[in-house]
Amino acid sequence: MTLSEGPATVPLLSVRGLTKLFGSFAACSAIDLDIAPGEIHALLGENGAGKSTLVKMLFGVLQPSAGQILWDGSPVTIASPGEARRLGIGMVFQHFSLFEALTVAENIALSLDPRISLSRISDEAASLSKAYGLPLDPKAHVADLSVGERQRIEIVRALLQNPKLIILDEPTSVLTPQEADRLFETLFKLKAEGRSVLYISHRLEEVRRICDRATVLRHGKVTGACDPKLETPASLARMMVGSDVAEVHRDGETPLGDTCIEVSDLSVPARTPFAVSLKNISMKVRAGEVLAIAGVAGNGQGELFDALSGEYPVAEDEAIRIRGKAVGHTGINGRRLLGAGFVPEERHGHAAVPAMPLSDNLLLARSQSDRKAFLSAGFAAIVRHDAIRSATRRICEAMDVRKSGEDPLAGSLSGGNLQKFIVGRELDRQPAVLVVNQPTWGVDAGAASRIRQALIDLAKAGSAVVVISQDLDEIFEIATNIAVISEGKLSKAYPAGTLSLERIGLMMGGVHESHSIPEAAHAYRA
Amino acid sequence: MRIELEKRARVSTLFSILSPLLALALTLVFGAIMFWLLGKNPLNALYVYFVEPLLEVWSLHELAIKAAPLILIGVGLAVCYRSNNWNIGAEGQFTIGAITGSILPVLYPDWHSPMILPLMLIMGMVGGALYAGIPALLKTRFNTNEILTSLMLVYIAQLYLDWLVRGLWRDPQGYNFPQTKSFQVEAVLPEILSSGRAHWAFVFAIIAAVALWFMMRFMLKGFEVSVLGQSERAGRFAGFSARRMVWFSMLLSGALAGLAGISEVSGSIGHVQPTISPGYGFTAIIVAFLGRLNPLGIIASGLVLALTYLGGEAAQLSIGISDKVSRVFQGLLLFFVLSCDTLIHYRIRLIVAGTKPVEVKA
Repeated sequence: MTLSEGPATVPLLSVRGLTKLFGSFAACSAIDLDIAPGEIHALLGENGAGKSTLVKMLFGVLQPSAGQILWDGSPVTIASPGEARRLGIGMVFQHFSLFEALTVAENIALSLDPRISLSRISDEAASLSKAYGLPLDPKAHVADLSVGERQRIEIVRALLQNPKLIILDEPTSVLTPQEADRLFETLFKLKAEGRSVLYISHRLEEVRRICDRATVLRHGKVTGACDPKLETPASLARMMVGSDVAEVHRDGETPLGDTCIEVSDLSVPARTPFAVSLKNISMKVRAGEVLAIAGVAGNGQGELFDALSGEYPVAEDEAIRIRGKAVGHTGINGRRLLGAGFVPEERHGHAAVPAMPLSDNLLLARSQSDRKAFLSAGFAAIVRHDAIRSATRRICEAMDVRKSGEDPLAGSLSGGNLQKFIVGRELDRQPAVLVVNQPTWGVDAGAASRIRQALIDLAKAGSAVVVISQDLDEIFEIATNIAVISEGKLSKAYPAGTLSLERIGLMMGGVHESHSIPEAAHAYRA
Repeated sequence: MRIELEKRARVSTLFSILSPLLALALTLVFGAIMFWLLGKNPLNALYVYFVEPLLEVWSLHELAIKAAPLILIGVGLAVCYRSNNWNIGAEGQFTIGAITGSILPVLYPDWHSPMILPLMLIMGMVGGALYAGIPALLKTRFNTNEILTSLMLVYIAQLYLDWLVRGLWRDPQGYNFPQTKSFQVEAVLPEILSSGRAHWAFVFAIIAAVALWFMMRFMLKGFEVSVLGQSERAGRFAGFSARRMVWFSMLLSGALAGLAGISEVSGSIGHVQPTISPGYGFTAIIVAFLGRLNPLGIIASGLVLALTYLGGEAAQLSIGISDKVSRVFQGLLLFFVLSCDTLIHYRIRLIVAGTKPVEVKA
């Protein structure tokens, strides 16, 4: 499929002037899109560009405010996902809708006609999964499956309806590189059968690798349509972002100083049945160093952050040391007073309270570490709003936080701007140790590069930085050393230059040294 | 066809402020309809209900007496609810506060000392706080739902009071009436002004409201309450403890309910009897929400709800409608407050099953 086969064939799906308004905000405005039979079509765009809204309209979850959808050349109204399925549209969502306590076959049965027997579903699912190279045991319980395997259930579930168009929403965001490769093989098989795929992603490399055409969205509008194989990642990024993205610089080696944070043989039992237990974790980060911890989501990253931050102090006081002092029993504010700063993964409701203004959210992280500046009257602890507001201004300026009004609610900022504020809130203190979980998750490219640069600069200024991240590009951009977390175990840290993407991929799949790849790693949790 | 609530993109500031007034107006309209259905002249009835009590000095005093416990309990509950702890059992804490506060005058009727009143008030607060500590303990220790436990404890408190005044505490010279001896004069909360019955409980209520307003507005503690109420996880990140907040908010609201209880017994009644409250502890929940969980707003809403009690009594006397009508008014008011708030945040959409055509623009 190339661009040249335009008007000759009738597109499978055509979208004309599709618009979705939420109040006065246009999430999608006048979108045009054509998907030819048998092509893999990429929908590119940053978070908040309107990709999900568009797809939800195509799948009947949302109704368009204006515009037209043509299926095989004739106008259709897609009032519900059921109707979309009847037309021949299948969807694999980014967040799976599976019941962990049920088996694979039972989960598939839930979305089908209740009259079909479970054994028939099992048989069909088994044969489909074999035909498309998606190994899956219909009798396995979902709770025991890895994220990659769970995704296969969703794909098989969509394929059972024999769809002509399959929509995949950010399918590789939860996969290791090896699992992603396997997914691509399946997609090529589907394409060879003449089915179309709408592939939503913000990962430029993989779009260039597998897609025939791409439609780029920005701020709810189509900003480009191209053959991604003829583009460079930089030119695609430009279409997505609208301007050149600043490259992150890391010039020169920073001399390493004293050990600032040290973890020795830390084990933490799982707090809930769905949590991961940490097993014998050891690491050491020196001043001037950025240690990146790679891993697929749900392998203990959140639990490790909780232990390092002191939100959940650990049993062994000596297991965690910040600047030489044992802090395992110390709470988060005690660790902050030793010079540590923390940036959790979840912005809304963890790092920030969305319904509170930025100034209150500054106080949230620094009420004790900056007690002298922000509070007065000793025990009564009167909040000094003026001092906090001027500090808020300072942080917003330093990190270029774009906002409406002087002190807006945190929830009204875009993800990227809020994240810049949250990172800036810690940088403003010049912490000796900074622990960041997923620093640029769901953040636009401009903000992401700014945040990464800030983390590198902080290390260069003599702080120890721990970055927990799923984004391998990010890790290679900023890390001096890389360790991999898998099933709650942390690998040794290797200098960033000595590791290849493949090697990290294997380690993320649970292969630490020279073992072979297991068929399925059974302990991931979604 | 189904009805859906769709979140509004923007919340109107004007209507957020107007919401309680709107709810009041709607309550009056529906109240008028109710009076009309009962065969009364609606305008006259509303006048008797809501205006007449405001025209006489003595009834203004009564208004202050009824508003005092509502405000005292309401501001405590507001802090509790702000912190996402749902103490529904203020009526029980009120009752226990009345009992523990009355221990001294009941057991030592001959102790004549100016110390007795302050001690009674403190003991009332301690009693209310301890009683609220039971659901707090159950919640922090066993993760029990405090809504259920605090509510169930209300009935235990009421039955305990009933048993006390019919048995152990009954006045031997009281002609078998189920009540205690009248309190000695030192144990009676004095009036504020010589013009009427209103006693110091109203002053306590205003002080408590202003103090808690100050705490919520200017102190780190108030910030802690709001943060933990909105997101426990963010609170943990700030180094605040949700568990300690359960204790703080429950003990605080319990203490204020207990203070209201002993003030009511000491100031308004003068002895302990089986029924000491027309449901102040429950009505205070409405007061807290009508005042938008803001301590200053609660002063106003406490006065409004006190008026429904007073109007109920007046209407019973002069136009012969049951004083249960005041309960109806309170229910209407809560209903309209909550629905106005909901409609400020959401719009209603009717969805006719799957037949809505897509609008097509060329």
